[in-house]
Amino acid sequence: MQWLINLGGQGRELIESLGRSGQFLFGALAGVPNIRVGFPLLVKQLYFVGVLSLAIIVVSGLFIGMVLGLQGYTILSDYGSEAAIGQMIALTLVRELGPVVTALLFAGRAGSALTAEIGLMKATEQLSSMEMMGVDPLRRVIAPRFWAGFLAMPVLAAIFSVVGIWGGMLVGVEWLGVFEGSFWGNMQSSVSFTSDVLNGVIKSVVFGFVCAWIAVYQGYDCVPTSAGISSATTKTVVFSSLAILGLDFVLTAVMFGDF
Amino acid sequence: MPGQGMSVAVSVKKEPYIELKDVVFSREERRIFDGVSLNIPRGRITAIMGPSGTGKTTLLRLIGGQLKPDSGTIMVAGESVPNLGRKALYRLREKMGMLFQSGALFTDLNVFENVAFPIRVHTRLPDDMIRDIVLMKLEAVGLRGARDLMPAQLSGGMTRRVALARSIALDPELIMYDEPFTGQDPIAMGVLVKLIRDLNHSMGMTSVIVSHDVPESLSICHYACIVSDGQVIGDGTPDELRNHPSAKVQQFLKGEPDGPVPFHYPVVGADKDWGIAGGRQ
Repeated sequence: MQWLINLGGQGRELIESLGRSGQFLFGALAGVPNIRVGFPLLVKQLYFVGVLSLAIIVVSGLFIGMVLGLQGYTILSDYGSEAAIGQMIALTLVRELGPVVTALLFAGRAGSALTAEIGLMKATEQLSSMEMMGVDPLRRVIAPRFWAGFLAMPVLAAIFSVVGIWGGMLVGVEWLGVFEGSFWGNMQSSVSFTSDVLNGVIKSVVFGFVCAWIAVYQGYDCVPTSAGISSATTKTVVFSSLAILGLDFVLTAVMFGDF
Repeated sequence: MPGQGMSVAVSVKKEPYIELKDVVFSREERRIFDGVSLNIPRGRITAIMGPSGTGKTTLLRLIGGQLKPDSGTIMVAGESVPNLGRKALYRLREKMGMLFQSGALFTDLNVFENVAFPIRVHTRLPDDMIRDIVLMKLEAVGLRGARDLMPAQLSGGMTRRVALARSIALDPELIMYDEPFTGQDPIAMGVLVKLIRDLNHSMGMTSVIVSHDVPESLSICHYACIVSDGQVIGDGTPDELRNHPSAKVQQFLKGEPDGPVPFHYPVVGADKDWGIAGGRQ
């Protein structure tokens, strides 16, 4: 019977945690934002969360595009259709790899940093001191970090896809000699703005929301000790990755599933 | 047992700025306060002392509205803190300053910006006026020359002095010090004692010191109370406390290792652990 009790306890904890995180997000985002104070804070966080993630996004996008070019060429050339390599790379990146890999990298680089930063602010009583100064840390600390993560993700995913396509072109066209006209022409005729590009953007918006929410909540809710911060940072990466992959399946089924 | 279920009020001649009445507070089934009543007079220094882990910092958080009591009333400046809405509570906190044990400086801001933070958030003063106020506050704590340093470059004593400058930036009516002397060298401790006394004297702030450093606290406070096991076990002026009849109060003030507060944590008999007869129960 003990396992049943434990299972029930864990289920209750999960529901409590979901309720707390929802309440927490509402507290951070509800109310009229103060543009004069909030905008500079948002810009600062966009720099930390977005601009500083550019290096890993660009390098990863480049290599993934190059690998796609190489693998695509090897497979497609068996059927004599290597000219279709452009559309294969573009569709793979725009529909799937762009949003998903960007979100996974984002969770590892920016999400974990957000959690650790907020957790340390909590452990060093910076959040408490803010409260005691009459400043709500949910609005001052959490909200700009959440919005920065939410806004940066689609832009980073777009950059990832663009750089990936360029990397695929480098390998396919410049190295392996696929005709450049068919590379770009096939891509242009087969990639639809609404069903491919827009759906990819929707995915990255959803991933941005979830990753940013998980990261700021784990930081704010962590046990304010070194072990607590370490555990919260790990949870951010694990929960975000699982949420991204799970949601990706659901979104793909809804967007591209032909039932 | 001294203080069991009892409500003790600090004898004050001045009107109270903070009134706690029958405050009960529990955390995870552990009762931290069991009917604490306390009046903290306006414009005076009150020391709240007690052994580690008795909830002294929790008491400050209850006064600041960061925690809510299970029952009882907490009045600050005539307002019932637990019943205040979010906006009213934040407005009340603008009248409060709190010096945290760790200093709690914002690590991404330098000393100047740390002190300027509450002024920038709560006022729309021009930059040159903010600069003058911040430099005056830093001058008061002797750190005008350290304005450009980052928190990581400060010693423990300097961190607390900057935090003190920040907590008085808006000239609050009430300032709460959470363990201000802990971990300080004798010079830094002397500086903090002087600053707390001078600030109270010159600005007339109501000051609450939570501490277990008996000599330093008693040397500057007008009133003191000792909290232990969720109760106020002794209160009065420093002289009244030194002559207090309670053995528990005397053990705490004199720092005796054994007494009503036992040296040993509650433990099973030694006979069970070591297999000998007549073990401690």
